[in-house]
Amino acid sequence: MTEPKSPGAKEVWITGIGIVSSLGEGLDAHWDALNGKKINIDDKRFAPYIVHPLAPVTFDAQIPKKGDQRQMEAWQRIGTYAAGLALDSAGVKGDKEILGRMDMIVAAGGGERDLAVDVAIMTADAKGNSSPAFLNERLMNDLRPTLFLAQLSNLLAGNIAIVHGVCGTSRTFMGEEAASIDAARIALARIESGQSEIALVGAAHNGERSDLLVLYEFGDYNLKEKFAPVWQREDQSGFALGSAGCFLVLESREHAEARGAKPYAKLTKVVADLAQRKQPGAVTKSLEALWPKLGIAGDSGNLITGATGAEPVTSEEKAFLRQHPGFAVRATGTMFGHTLETQFPLGLALAALSLSRGALFPPNDPTGFEVEKTDSPDQIVVLGAGHWQGEGMALVEAIK
Amino acid sequence: MSAPRDKFGRPIVVVTGMGVVTSLGAGKQDNWRKLTEGVSGIKTVTRFPIDGLKSTMAGTVDFVTVDPVTSTGLTERLAEMATEEALGQAAIGAKADFPGPLFLAVAPVEVEWPQRLELGRAIGKTEFGYDDMLRISGGGRYTKYHHRFMFGSVASHLAEAFGTKGSPISLSTACASGATAIQLGVEAIRRGDADAALCVATDGSVNPEALVRFSLLSALSTQNDPPQAASKPFSKNRDGFVMAEGAGAMVLESYESATARGAKILGVVAGCGELTDSFHRTRSSPDGKPIIGCMRKTLADAGLEPEQIDHINAHGTATPENDKMEYNTTAVVFGEHLPKIPVSSNKSMVGHTISAAGAVEAVFSLLTLEHQRIPPTINYEIPDPAILFDVVGNKARDAKVTAVMSNSFGFGGQNASLILTREPV
Repeated sequence: MTEPKSPGAKEVWITGIGIVSSLGEGLDAHWDALNGKKINIDDKRFAPYIVHPLAPVTFDAQIPKKGDQRQMEAWQRIGTYAAGLALDSAGVKGDKEILGRMDMIVAAGGGERDLAVDVAIMTADAKGNSSPAFLNERLMNDLRPTLFLAQLSNLLAGNIAIVHGVCGTSRTFMGEEAASIDAARIALARIESGQSEIALVGAAHNGERSDLLVLYEFGDYNLKEKFAPVWQREDQSGFALGSAGCFLVLESREHAEARGAKPYAKLTKVVADLAQRKQPGAVTKSLEALWPKLGIAGDSGNLITGATGAEPVTSEEKAFLRQHPGFAVRATGTMFGHTLETQFPLGLALAALSLSRGALFPPNDPTGFEVEKTDSPDQIVVLGAGHWQGEGMALVEAIK
Repeated sequence: MSAPRDKFGRPIVVVTGMGVVTSLGAGKQDNWRKLTEGVSGIKTVTRFPIDGLKSTMAGTVDFVTVDPVTSTGLTERLAEMATEEALGQAAIGAKADFPGPLFLAVAPVEVEWPQRLELGRAIGKTEFGYDDMLRISGGGRYTKYHHRFMFGSVASHLAEAFGTKGSPISLSTACASGATAIQLGVEAIRRGDADAALCVATDGSVNPEALVRFSLLSALSTQNDPPQAASKPFSKNRDGFVMAEGAGAMVLESYESATARGAKILGVVAGCGELTDSFHRTRSSPDGKPIIGCMRKTLADAGLEPEQIDHINAHGTATPENDKMEYNTTAVVFGEHLPKIPVSSNKSMVGHTISAAGAVEAVFSLLTLEHQRIPPTINYEIPDPAILFDVVGNKARDAKVTAVMSNSFGFGGQNASLILTREPV
């Protein structure tokens, strides 16, 4: 039941990858960290909540103007930095002709709030000191005028345009994990059909934010007290927010070949679904329905998932994965934490990196659900099932 | 019968259903009547205290209420109303079974002040921090706020309510969002990925912090009295935009699919274009090249020459910068033909519906084509001598209109234009 590609669909290559995360920056650092089974968590700063903090980064390397850095909040700096790495990796950094027509789809949430302003207003309110004008006056007087621009979802794309000159088209998708699955899906469809030739796709997330912890705590999604790998959280479910930025340069094979670009891998398929998660098993069913659409031959292979560690979705995803025991699974959530919109591009990036290095990185899972895999992979499936909604998969393949 | 494909061999994309809600009312009929009568929907805000604010008026949709009161809840309800109207007109699919994807332009979502204050009061102390908030946030008491304040929540609700297919896309390109939603739908149909697409744009976010944010960027008009005269596109004494709420919805279909089911065709989305400005976060490149390029890309996408456009539904926010830049760039693109093109800004009456504006104005553009009548730009008493548009000032104008360009420009260098026609071109 493979969905046939439309006749004349163009082959799409991943020619650039930029990653910055709790494990470091760049492809070599990540490859080494994954092979060294490195995990970087902070269980003190937001205790009892656990986060994967951003590794030290010199933002100047990709965002040379301090003025630009000041205009951004952390999530935008992380994303703009990762986008710069991706453009470098694709060899198009500073190429005005290409950047001027490069399409961009960013998956974004929103920026951090001014916590001090929030708390001052809330405590005054709790003391009963708030006149009707109080909220307005405090906001008018205390909010930094440019903070709004650091919060607006589409201003990560805006900053990438300003700093790196990516200015063909610019679209920002929102909606947590699903946003980046759809970003990859639409970018792929546009290039395959000839609506676009080259695109920058990705996301950024700052996981070191109290306001985000509050938002996810509303749904009891945060991992607390003790860190455990994703597959070992059945008794104490939840995700540890992670900071990361990840961007990919996608382009048609013809476009890449014409400029002599070296591909990491081929992006063959991206499929997505929105299961109404009202009945137990809805996610398992949704993933089962998506699987044949990837067009995978055989019942063994490799799979990188953004499984969150939150329940019930992680168990439902596990039930699906158990039906495909020939696939060696890797959960990025264990090493990177949960980076929401960034998790799916991260999966794509690690799949492309693994294919280009001729090996899947080793398991990092004491439960034994992730198994060793030593042969050189031809295909890697990337899976994403959002913590509360949105399911998707991609197929990334080696270029022979 | 025309060929089902355009001159580039792509499926022709037609509109078979439209819905709209603004401060003027719910539905096309009410909106069109008031728009062409030159009625303003801008009022002094009564939804929350306005003490201490510099701008105290907005185009709020006060005839729709939601419980609990949240901007995201109102945003969702406005989208639902516009979509119901559009689907009713298109008569496509079955109830709760729309045969295509959803593209939703929606404002970014975050926890809002009533809920934040509720949480603060529940802590039971008068000195506290976010740590204390965290301690009481879990346990199931506030689960509904998790769902409400997820960015994907509005699209998720609409997808379920109307049975759209696949993963719904929520998007923001700031003030160009509505146009981008339509563009994504057009692209999906042209690719052959879908025969029909539901494109919705919605914004119900007039709340204190949103007003303050725009106010701090000096983007809003402060001519509060009388509120209905505040939005003055193309006038010399314009001083900013007026925030507003609303929603626009469109059912797009391939011409082939629409005619096969005997649907009434309301118009054609003949072209879309987009070009990013990398000059500054809130200001346009002084040379206007990105906006000029955006309009030219749109003309090229439609396969039309500038002289074939006979009306421009302007972005026309009434900020000093936008209107000047929009005139300068439009003048470059349309050259000597420009004086022959009547230009109008719906924002003079409905305000700036931000994320919804591109779709609301696309609906109004199609109504303009249907009625062969251009809604006025009200409050046009002191024309800006530097803006030499043929502004349809203060009174609606009957005109032969065959192709409308609708422009949207937003923070973050977002530029998007649409060309809408009555018949396939």
